[in-house]
Amino acid sequence: MSDSIRLSRRRFLQVLAGGAGVLLVGIRTASATDAPLPAAMLGDTFYDLGAYVRIDSDGNVLIGARDPDTGTGVATSLPRIIADELDADWKSVSVVPLGLGVTDNNGQPRWTYGRQVGGTGGSIPAAWNDLRSVGALARWLLLQAAARRFGVAADRLRCDSGTVIAPDGRRLSYGSLAGDASKIALPNNPPAPKTPDRYQLIGSPAGDVDAREIVTGQTQYAIDHYYGDALVAVLVHCPWPDGTLASFDFADAKAVKGVVDVISLKPEPGQPLGSTVIAPAVAVLAEDTWSALQGRQKLKLEWKPGASGSENSAVLEQQADALLAGKTAPTSRVRDDGDVDAAGKKAARRLQASYYQPWLAHATAEPMNCMVRLEKDHASVVVPTQAPQKAWAVVQRLTGLGPDQIEVSVPRVGGGYGRRLDHDYVAEAVMLAKVVNKPVRLLWMREQDLEHDYYRSGSVHQLSMTMDRKRQLIGWDQRMASASALVHRGVPDNRLWTSELQADQLPAALVPNYRSDWYALNSAIPRGPMRGMPHLSNAFAVESFIDEIAHSMKEDPLDTHMRLLGTPRQLSLSAGGVLDTARLINVLKLVTDRIGWKNWLHSVNGLGIACWHVEGAYVAHAIEVAMQGEKLVIERAVCAVDVGRVINPTGLEGQVAGATLDALSIALNLAITFKDGQIQQHNLKDYPLASMAQLPDAVEVIVVPHDDLPPIGASFLAMPTAAPALANAVFRATAVRVRRLPLMKELLRLL
Amino acid sequence: MAPVQAQAVPVTSDSSIVAEKVRDGIDLEINGEHYRHTGDPQMPLLWYLRDILRLTGTKYAGGHDSTGADLVLIDGNAVSAITQPMAKLADKSVTTVEGLAANDGGLHPVQQAFIDEDAIGCGYCTPGWLIASVDLLKRKPHPTDDDIDQLPNLCRCGCQTRVRRAIKRVAAGKVSQL
Repeated sequence: MSDSIRLSRRRFLQVLAGGAGVLLVGIRTASATDAPLPAAMLGDTFYDLGAYVRIDSDGNVLIGARDPDTGTGVATSLPRIIADELDADWKSVSVVPLGLGVTDNNGQPRWTYGRQVGGTGGSIPAAWNDLRSVGALARWLLLQAAARRFGVAADRLRCDSGTVIAPDGRRLSYGSLAGDASKIALPNNPPAPKTPDRYQLIGSPAGDVDAREIVTGQTQYAIDHYYGDALVAVLVHCPWPDGTLASFDFADAKAVKGVVDVISLKPEPGQPLGSTVIAPAVAVLAEDTWSALQGRQKLKLEWKPGASGSENSAVLEQQADALLAGKTAPTSRVRDDGDVDAAGKKAARRLQASYYQPWLAHATAEPMNCMVRLEKDHASVVVPTQAPQKAWAVVQRLTGLGPDQIEVSVPRVGGGYGRRLDHDYVAEAVMLAKVVNKPVRLLWMREQDLEHDYYRSGSVHQLSMTMDRKRQLIGWDQRMASASALVHRGVPDNRLWTSELQADQLPAALVPNYRSDWYALNSAIPRGPMRGMPHLSNAFAVESFIDEIAHSMKEDPLDTHMRLLGTPRQLSLSAGGVLDTARLINVLKLVTDRIGWKNWLHSVNGLGIACWHVEGAYVAHAIEVAMQGEKLVIERAVCAVDVGRVINPTGLEGQVAGATLDALSIALNLAITFKDGQIQQHNLKDYPLASMAQLPDAVEVIVVPHDDLPPIGASFLAMPTAAPALANAVFRATAVRVRRLPLMKELLRLL
Repeated sequence: MAPVQAQAVPVTSDSSIVAEKVRDGIDLEINGEHYRHTGDPQMPLLWYLRDILRLTGTKYAGGHDSTGADLVLIDGNAVSAITQPMAKLADKSVTTVEGLAANDGGLHPVQQAFIDEDAIGCGYCTPGWLIASVDLLKRKPHPTDDDIDQLPNLCRCGCQTRVRRAIKRVAAGKVSQL
């Protein structure tokens, strides 16, 4: 009898030995015969759960959520995909975060659960591809077990809410079948998933599985974990990532009651950004946080700047302007359709504008932290991460332990936004634990979070268009300058542009002569992935510019958009996939209908729109604003999304509303600046996330039903269009065109 | 398992064993229980809650009350726990997010309303929003949008519109019954 079913070349569905009366089904990543899941992962406790589905004899269903939940709702949506295929009763389902699944494959890691990444929009599509089969197999086995008990063929039975029902009405609960089901030989091929007409949970609304624990304060984030003997570590970082510690006196700090040690740290030369310490640092380790913080205050440190000590964000912007104004060849020519220069000669109309966007920080709610316990042959790490496999790699490199000697636990994460794809804080905690020979709980203060980040680079976009006599866009010339987020991350120079813009972004493929050039800015200020990149900055520039084109022709911007998008059709994209202009037109129409766009010119308030496409998903915003003196009031925000099939409408609405508010907050208020290489923003008064009063009272979310298409992740989909729709609305209300973010500062300057 | 047997405690008349004197400290009530803090009087309430009592529902998110994630009720009013040294808290009554629900586990209406509206992003700042909402609804049982606008909390996940709905749901008495 076969104990596994091949899903793909390296992935297998398997029934696991889970104890008497228990059915345990999982996915194994391995070659066909070697290395089954280790026994520890098959245990009967929550902590040792290694598979995806566990049904015990009481009918309790435990489903594992493999991807970190940073607030994206995957701890709810992923298990619901499995539970629906299983026909489980959602009320009897408990969800556990799986932590990192890793086994030893001749010294190399083998990832038990395959991909484990949160907050990048990829969780749902990946789950759709493989997790359904886990639920379907468990259900198939339960049906076979029931068929034997009933003496009725399995295909005459049906499942409903944790029960198998025979044609004559006899019922058997999953709990009573679990033990038998675990002994049934597997089919040769994975049982087919359900047909969509039979979905019960997929597409129906569900609140967050952790909601009750969260509102009662019981949910433990990584920052809330303790070991009795762990030391609390707080740090002071060098203001310059490439600086050095010139002189120091630790004596007063060490004299503080409760302080155990003071240790200095340095980035390891040659390690890529995000895998080692972010800047030289001095750590105070103490018995509790308050003692550590008092010791930190008593540190006497003098830092010496490195080359970055001469950097200023304002100067960098001037360099960008100079690059874009000159005749210098671009660092990368990202796309070149037709002949933009030739089209320019035939133009009846032309327009050019430049857009300026600031550096940004992540400002996660839960600051960077990590708890580490090192033993001779084992390391335990509790860490808020979006990418546990990358956290594992940092621990492995610094400890030299074997793949399965490293345990990475990932409790619910207090916001990621891309910051936790990097693991400098894991490196810090491990380095400190090695020195003090005790477990360490590392905690960053808010100031460190803002002053020592892998920022999003500021950018300048220079856009030019040409139009023929029939008002058709015939030429589009986009030039962008920014400091790539991929520098010092092992990416070849000719791919550095990929973090900054996309070759397929609007209006690529819609304009016959289209050119997109990227100019690299050099900066030693660290940069890294950030939620919404690269769409956020590009959508603001492009969709503001389209609005400016409309205004220059005294035209309704909706008409301008419609002429640009043209007849509904599918256009092939250079990176694969298609741009379905019908779906883009549809979301645009939905938001304009909802907000009452017909009145756009006659309303006292200002109305603005924008649309965008991201990885096969489509989004549009319509925003209405009013000026009350110098106060900008966002009266309405409407957002329509088309993400294919929807797994959890409640979760999707939350993501879309949340991303809209986040993007508005960024656009209104936020900028990181640096002078002499030092970040000028130290706390949330300097980096003021929008208050409730600044934000709209509601976000009206419209979801396009598209059950014929596979689901697409939506964690940042609603970000790119919020800022341009806002700026376009502000233009209608004030006649002031804001081409520089953050918007409030620029608006008040121009008014 | 072997039955537990009572161990006889040796009683001597020898007075070499002296009971430790009751230590001086700061007496206060937290979630209905009495506590005495005998450590540094300057320790902020936040670290007392988190490090000493391991009541970790109240979160650190910055100094000086920056996100509202560290809000607690002190004698019924929402206050940032990191700004309150223990020295100021003698004889005060503190309620943290862990103390909002009834002793039998029944949720506070504001907690239930947050579940009803799914007013949760990553959830890290949620305890602070709950405390601020309880405080607001106590002062203004039927708050206007302008009243709700005054909440001091910040959230990058964008839960604000759902929090607003949750507060209005409580005010309208439309919280679902368990």
